[in-house]
Amino acid sequence: MKSLGKFLIFTGQMFVRRESFKTYLSLVLDECIKVGFNSLFIVTIVSVFMGAVVTVQTAYNLVSPFIPDYVISLVVRDMTVLELSPTIIAIVYAGKVGSNIAGELGTMRITEQIDALEVMGINSTSYLVLPKIIASLLMYPMLVIMSGFLCIYGGYLTSLATGIISGHDYIYGIRYEFIEFNIAFALIKAFVFALLVASISAYKGYFTTGGALEVGKSSTAAVTNSCIAILLADYLLAQLLLA
Amino acid sequence: MIEIIDVKKSFKEKDVLNGISGTFDAGKCNLIIGSSGTGKSVLLKCIVGLIKPDSGQILFDNRDFTSGDKESQTEIRREIGMLFQGSALFDSKNVEQNIMFPLDVLTNMSKEEKIERVNFCLDRVGLANVNDKMPSEISGGMKKRVGIARAIVNKPNYLFCDEPNSGLDPQTSMVIDELINEITKEYGITTVVVTHDMNSVIEIGEKVMYLYKGHKLWEGSNEDITNSGVKELDDFVFANRMMKKFR
Repeated sequence: MKSLGKFLIFTGQMFVRRESFKTYLSLVLDECIKVGFNSLFIVTIVSVFMGAVVTVQTAYNLVSPFIPDYVISLVVRDMTVLELSPTIIAIVYAGKVGSNIAGELGTMRITEQIDALEVMGINSTSYLVLPKIIASLLMYPMLVIMSGFLCIYGGYLTSLATGIISGHDYIYGIRYEFIEFNIAFALIKAFVFALLVASISAYKGYFTTGGALEVGKSSTAAVTNSCIAILLADYLLAQLLLA
Repeated sequence: MIEIIDVKKSFKEKDVLNGISGTFDAGKCNLIIGSSGTGKSVLLKCIVGLIKPDSGQILFDNRDFTSGDKESQTEIRREIGMLFQGSALFDSKNVEQNIMFPLDVLTNMSKEEKIERVNFCLDRVGLANVNDKMPSEISGGMKKRVGIARAIVNKPNYLFCDEPNSGLDPQTSMVIDELINEITKEYGITTVVVTHDMNSVIEIGEKVMYLYKGHKLWEGSNEDITNSGVKELDDFVFANRMMKKFR
């Protein structure tokens, strides 16, 4: 409870004694590059292979002659939109961006760079953390959208390469009984996960004490706690919005 | 002038500062000295507001810093320049960006004005052609100079230096001390230096406060320090062989 209270005070401090809009604009753009653009490669790789593997494994499990082939791509689509792209990519995102945020802030803390900001009269929480959270909220949903396309496209390429399902059937399955709300659900999840990863990681990094060893511990804790929070929020959102 | 009145601070069970009082004069280099672990850095952090004291008052030119609201504290903080023990330069910014940072965030100066001010400060601390270098590419002494340049770029009224000589060779230490002293005199600012370096005391210690186990045991100038009559201070001052011989 004490940690939760401290976390809430920490997030509240971001919105007091803010600097000028111009200052935040450049910081947010820088952070967008760090959390978004720099994550493109890993998200692309993970998404394409995830789509490929899900297609092959779904085909492996659906062996009944009574199940039409297009069901494979239908399963791939729904799994991708509902779970794989928002949630699995969030785990990857926590590993890459979360540890980076915690490491960066932790190092700034132990080398007195955060103290330097405070002495200058700058609200370090607002200056350092708010741009990261805004950038995360802007970029992660985009990464999820991109991941969704790549995951489904990865499945399509696999189906063409292996011949387990024809291209025509794959496209048919992708379009079959499409529920638009699933996209909205995926984006809601993306926003929640983006907020959780950025804020938890920033919190862990910001309150680092000690030396290099503790920075490493903060990074690990940031990833672990973010993953737990993601899975918990994933369940709660599914229960609230889909059940 | 900075005045501290009965400042107390403890961490869990340990009393680190036991009611420290004193004044730091404008236009002078005010030194806080003492052995490691006596509370020098904690006192400095209390003065600049990085640590909240348990009780006591800190007055910046009669403006109460401890009991003021966040806005008034921020106002005072924007008049503060600080040199940290490890320089605390921002890793992601080059030398020019580091020094320009307070101007970027706290002023509405034009780009040209800011560059002019940065170059003036770099020149003042004796550095040239290092604008594009990253902190990792410069030596410890240069980092301290950049730290001083960043501390004075926004024309502060108060300058704080936490162990400015740590990790530096004696010659570079002297250069940094002289630089701090010159800047203090030139701009008439109130400078507070935390150190345990006796060379600094001898060179720039116009006003010295000696801390021992969280208590202020002595206050005076470097000229009187050898005749303080305080055993603990004598042990500190004459700790090395050379000083013992001098004695």
